[in-house]
Amino acid sequence: MTYEPGDHVRVLPSEKPGHVRTPDYLKGKSGWVESLIGAFSNPEELAYGLSGLPERHLYKVGFRQADLWNDYEGPAEDRLYVDIYEHWLEPEERGTK
Amino acid sequence: MSGHHPHEETTTSPYAARIRAIEALLLEKGVLTEPEVQDGISYMEARSPANGARLVARAWMDDGFKELLLSDAKRAASELGMEPEHPAEFVVVENTRYVHNLIVCTLCSCYPRAILGRPPDWYKSFEYRSRAVREPRAVMREFGFEPPEGVEVVVHDSTADVRYMILPMRPTGTEDLDEEELARLVTRNSLVGTDVPRTPEA
Repeated sequence: MTYEPGDHVRVLPSEKPGHVRTPDYLKGKSGWVESLIGAFSNPEELAYGLSGLPERHLYKVGFRQADLWNDYEGPAEDRLYVDIYEHWLEPEERGTK
Repeated sequence: MSGHHPHEETTTSPYAARIRAIEALLLEKGVLTEPEVQDGISYMEARSPANGARLVARAWMDDGFKELLLSDAKRAASELGMEPEHPAEFVVVENTRYVHNLIVCTLCSCYPRAILGRPPDWYKSFEYRSRAVREPRAVMREFGFEPPEGVEVVVHDSTADVRYMILPMRPTGTEDLDEEELARLVTRNSLVGTDVPRTPEA
């Protein structure tokens, strides 16, 4: 699955164990693809001595802080960017950003 | 352990004891050699926030360099004689009048070590890692910095293959300073975003 900047995405609420690079606090949260960072060997496999191939797309994904924390202190424009691998994202159907 | 080494530290944390045990095992099994361990230590000790300060000061002086730093930070670092050969990507994000950035690694302690060396201890603490994403403004206040009214706070959680550094704003009243003097205003914390550079008077 590939994404374009501006696409709405949701972080999979997976509880996959191991060396995952997706923090718990983002699981199930909705944001947008800011940019494609590149393609890299999958660190979730590299950590266990595997090849990590094929390479996976890594995206810079943006979130509104107010969408992450109910009691967030700060203006609605405050944002958080996180680097997330494609296999942790799913498209989210909704209006444009 | 014989306990007869008067020069060894007497209070070794469990983590330090564990890492020494692992190191001893790796050496014993031939996975690592002593020179490789020393090379690793030298690599880290040769890097420091002074590298980041040089990159920032050059960018403040030279718009072309600033453009390169923001678009291809590894090449910019190479141009100043640094060795950003670490496999991770190196990305520099810019503070502006409208945006203040803050860097954290919630999962571990990812940090642009190839440029800045080892991160400060607080950067690796559970407290910073959990609070920087949830209440970045409160964290910055505790460091003694509060973004001016109307400035958006943007947090970068470096979870994967990118290491981030901040290009802070040039302090006012620094028009007459040369590059070396500018670099001295750039603190390590201002490269992580918990603070801004010093002003010349401070």
